[in-house]
Amino acid sequence: MAKSASPSTRKARSSGRRSPLASVSLLVIGLLATGGAYALFTTSATAATSSQVSSMVSDGQKLFSSNCASCHGLAAQGSGVAPSLVGVGAASVDFQVGTGRMPGAASGPQLEKKPVQFTDAQVAALATYVATLGPGPSIPSSAYLTGKGEVATGAELFRVNCAMCHNVAGAGGALTEGKYAPPLAGSSAKHIYEAMVTGPQNMPVFNDLNITPEDKANIISYLKYLDKNPSPGGLDLGNLGPVSEGLFVWIFALGSVIAITVWLTAKSN
Amino acid sequence: MAEQGASGSDVQKYDASVSAGTGVVTSDRIDNPGFEPFRARVSELDSKKEKANERRVAMMFGLSMVGSVAAIVAYIIFPIVPGDPGSVRTNTFLLGLGLALGLFGIGFGAVHWAKALMDGHDLVEFRHGTRGSDTTRAKAVEVFHLGNKESGIGRRTIIRNTLIGALVLFPLPGIVVFRDLAPAADPNDQLRHTVWKKGTRLTKDPSGVPIKASEVTLGSVFHVIPDGLNDRQDKLEQKAKAAVLLMRLRPEDLHASKEREGWSYKGIVAYSKICTHVGCPVALYEQQTHHLLCPCHQSQFDITHEAEVIFGPAKRPLPQLPIAIDSEGYLVAQSDFHEPVGPSFWEREH
Amino acid sequence: MTVDTTAPASAPATSADLPPSNGTRVTNWAANYIDERTSISGLVKELGRKIFPDHWSFMLGEVALYSFVVILLSGTFLTFFFQPSMAVVTYDGSYAPLKGIQMSAAMSSTLNISFDIRGGLLLRQVHHWAALLFVASIGLHMLRIYFTGAFRKPREINWVIGFVLFVLALAEGFTGYSLPDDLLSGNGLRIIDGMVKGIPVVGTWISYLLFGGNFPGEAIVGRLYSLHILLLPAILVAALGAHMVLLIVNKHTQFAGPGRTEGNVVGSPIMPVFAAKAGGFFFIIFGVVMLTASFVTINPIWVYGPYDPSPVSAGTQPDWYIGFADGALRLIPHGWEFMLGPYTVSMNILVPVVGLVVFLAVVAAYPFFEAWVTGDKREHHIADRPRNAPTRTAIGAAGVTFYAVLWTAASSDLLATHFKLTIEGVITFLQVSVFVAPVIAYLVTKRICIALQKKDREIALHGFESGRIVRLPGGEYVEVHEQLSDYERWKLVSFDDHAPVMLRPNKDGKITVPARLRARASNWFFEDRIVPVSLTEIEASHGDQLTQEQVAVESR
Repeated sequence: MAKSASPSTRKARSSGRRSPLASVSLLVIGLLATGGAYALFTTSATAATSSQVSSMVSDGQKLFSSNCASCHGLAAQGSGVAPSLVGVGAASVDFQVGTGRMPGAASGPQLEKKPVQFTDAQVAALATYVATLGPGPSIPSSAYLTGKGEVATGAELFRVNCAMCHNVAGAGGALTEGKYAPPLAGSSAKHIYEAMVTGPQNMPVFNDLNITPEDKANIISYLKYLDKNPSPGGLDLGNLGPVSEGLFVWIFALGSVIAITVWLTAKSN
Repeated sequence: MAEQGASGSDVQKYDASVSAGTGVVTSDRIDNPGFEPFRARVSELDSKKEKANERRVAMMFGLSMVGSVAAIVAYIIFPIVPGDPGSVRTNTFLLGLGLALGLFGIGFGAVHWAKALMDGHDLVEFRHGTRGSDTTRAKAVEVFHLGNKESGIGRRTIIRNTLIGALVLFPLPGIVVFRDLAPAADPNDQLRHTVWKKGTRLTKDPSGVPIKASEVTLGSVFHVIPDGLNDRQDKLEQKAKAAVLLMRLRPEDLHASKEREGWSYKGIVAYSKICTHVGCPVALYEQQTHHLLCPCHQSQFDITHEAEVIFGPAKRPLPQLPIAIDSEGYLVAQSDFHEPVGPSFWEREH
Repeated sequence: MTVDTTAPASAPATSADLPPSNGTRVTNWAANYIDERTSISGLVKELGRKIFPDHWSFMLGEVALYSFVVILLSGTFLTFFFQPSMAVVTYDGSYAPLKGIQMSAAMSSTLNISFDIRGGLLLRQVHHWAALLFVASIGLHMLRIYFTGAFRKPREINWVIGFVLFVLALAEGFTGYSLPDDLLSGNGLRIIDGMVKGIPVVGTWISYLLFGGNFPGEAIVGRLYSLHILLLPAILVAALGAHMVLLIVNKHTQFAGPGRTEGNVVGSPIMPVFAAKAGGFFFIIFGVVMLTASFVTINPIWVYGPYDPSPVSAGTQPDWYIGFADGALRLIPHGWEFMLGPYTVSMNILVPVVGLVVFLAVVAAYPFFEAWVTGDKREHHIADRPRNAPTRTAIGAAGVTFYAVLWTAASSDLLATHFKLTIEGVITFLQVSVFVAPVIAYLVTKRICIALQKKDREIALHGFESGRIVRLPGGEYVEVHEQLSDYERWKLVSFDDHAPVMLRPNKDGKITVPARLRARASNWFFEDRIVPVSLTEIEASHGDQLTQEQVAVESR
């Protein structure tokens, strides 16, 4: 139950995120120094020098104009089919592109998780570029993504704020008109955090005054707890509750019982 | 050993006094061919097979003993470690497996014994009409006659009628005493009011931290309880009526009717979270369509049009809580709800 | 009654001409001791060699009985640890994600059973799985009785008792489901509260009395507990006893077969074969439940969390057997609520509630309806093959379909997410299906039954197509048909023939409306019926066969 973040990192991160006047470079440094767990593993970004930052911005801009601009507009101003990206922040880009939802495929009720189209470096570059367009949520500090927060608090907040759509066990659930809240098992801590701050698609926004960063870390910790600890009772049947239990009892329990009754009443050889 | 009983001629054993109704008894029915010849089983033909089956049964009973012992062993050597759900899983699994083996061994052993080794002949038992014989029935009637005659219940009408009256009345106190299942107060009054009143701050569920209007950014949803709810003795009962969902939309997206124009604050609206159908919490808010979905019975409410129902079994819109801000910028209620929240009830509009 | 299968163990061992061994002497002494005080030898003589016919479908009622015994055993264990109280406590058990959370003593003690008592979670899962199996096997048992016509005279009353047992099982299930006071069951109670409030005139008060004040109150868990472990099981056991006594009085039905008649029952005697099989079967059922409970989680209340009126989970459903009621609520279209003067009438609640009560009443009353329609007053001990009562089977199929549509509707949201559909589309489809699907099921089933009967007739008369093609001396190709043995044929031809009730004037010379109705219903019931093969027809077909030189050959 270690406290979620050391004071210094939290301060650095929050000043970078909160102030609307924060410079682009601060944002990017925040991104690379604290949020870029991915970036650490890539060969391109090992140090956060300003030249690299500006090269990332220009890389991001190139990627944007060739991959995103057709819908979102050359200046990311949005169009009839896609929203403006000014002010959506790096977190939004990292979530949408990092989970493969963007670039969007054929139109359906909602964008779906797909294989990611870009390398981690490219995602980081795109995020960096979009973050320069206007202030928005940045990529979360790794201090909130450790999964070592208070699970009980996280579980309670999850039940109140998230379970109605995502199901108490994070198994996902239906929304209107074919939309759905996706299952959360296996989602990365970073993406869960980003989804909460940016409110992708129909998900509402849970800003830091609604659910504090510490509490977001607690929620993530609870979800990681569920990921790490299989159900004490055995197979969880997809955590779909009484429906899957009912199907199980009819198909497997009663099915095997009937097979046994047939054997039991058959004449022996 | 087969008691060869029936042949075709026995088929129609109906009591002659009972009408066959619409049953058609065909005169040229095919005759019942009688029992098939007995087919001996391998155990009866081959003593080796018999021995093998005997061993199999004993082996299953033996396995059962192994299972039961294994269950006790599992109980002892795989205890629950506090705080480790994995140990609960192991304990449950192994204990259950041992017990299941113990049960299956006995069960399959006994059935196999019956099937393979016990006498395999079908036996026959004859049925008799369910109704009692005429003599029996006459005796039963006689019993009632005697009862009537000796007690005089048919003749002494005043006794009979007062007895009936007494028997009808005596359960009534038993029903009346259930009145105090609930307190004396009238439920109708309570269903009409919640703890919201003018000036009550909107606070976050479950922490009870008050909410400033500036914190509710566009697309946000807050799960709200009234200030001070957590300190109340009747917290759950009040929460069941007072839970509120707070959302911010673009003010131009809201289509408020005349009398509700002042009920929102800069696009921030508050609606009861309790479904008007049967009372589930309606909390699935879609920030782009501004629809609210109830996860229990799929009623859908349109927040842009005062939460009117656009799909599903609910009839009435979710009640709106009029809100404003206080001097410190915190969101407060202007008043209680203007109508009862939650499911419909008979006297709702009375 | 389980007693019947075990009691004969104390029967005096007679046929021993050998000098009695020590063991026999003890047994004799014990048997004598008991008999001199209980007259039990009479019971053993009566019941010890009672015959039970063998068919797999006759075991379904036993599945229900044995899962009930498992429920009683596991439930007793649970009562030793469960606290039926809604007093608020702070959880301080082993499960980290709930530590320090406020909840009721009921929830907290259920968590303790799950996480702090060895075997507690196993027994909880045994109890709940056995409950699901209990209701499922009752349902299947009822379907077996229905589709084989085993509810006919003299078993109508036992059908009704069985129906009462089914309703009691539902009540037991629902009260038990609500006891842990977790989020899922709490929302279930909330729905019950909403439904009760929708009852005209008295609803508000019934809810108020039931919950001891405003929902959720502090009383409901304790009250449901009394019902769940005392009142309902007591009634259930009594009804179960009556059910068994009538089973013994009426004796079991049997399927038609060689040597089996309306006047006999053919099968294994209780002592020893049936006792061994039934006793063994109890252990097998217990084993199946135990194995399921050790492998598969059921009702993970630790994930659901304690009840709180504000949260809810996506995919909130009741246990499967309440699903049809939940589905009925979901299928009501928007807007079914109106004002009657100053009063609110919630048709969106009344229609499903009344509809389901009517549905259940129809199920309970069906035997009497069929007796009235067919005018058949005889006792029936030979179970029908479903095809041989096409209209009954079709009605049953329609009823099952109706139930299945409602049941499916209870998982409309899961269907939407798992098959990539829209909730609205699923519900609209089911709203239509609830009316259309039973009709289709009726028509299709009736045709299938009649087709099967025709096929049976064909086979009884002309034998099986052997697949062997023979060229006759004249150059004609024919397929050789293999004749049935008399025993095989008997299974196909031995069913009752009926004629519709005739419309006759009563003794005053009038034709009454009920009589007219009955005649029409009877005509409908027996429409398109197939007559069993008669002796004359068989002999005629044998004649054919003989002209074809001892080979069953049919020219096309």
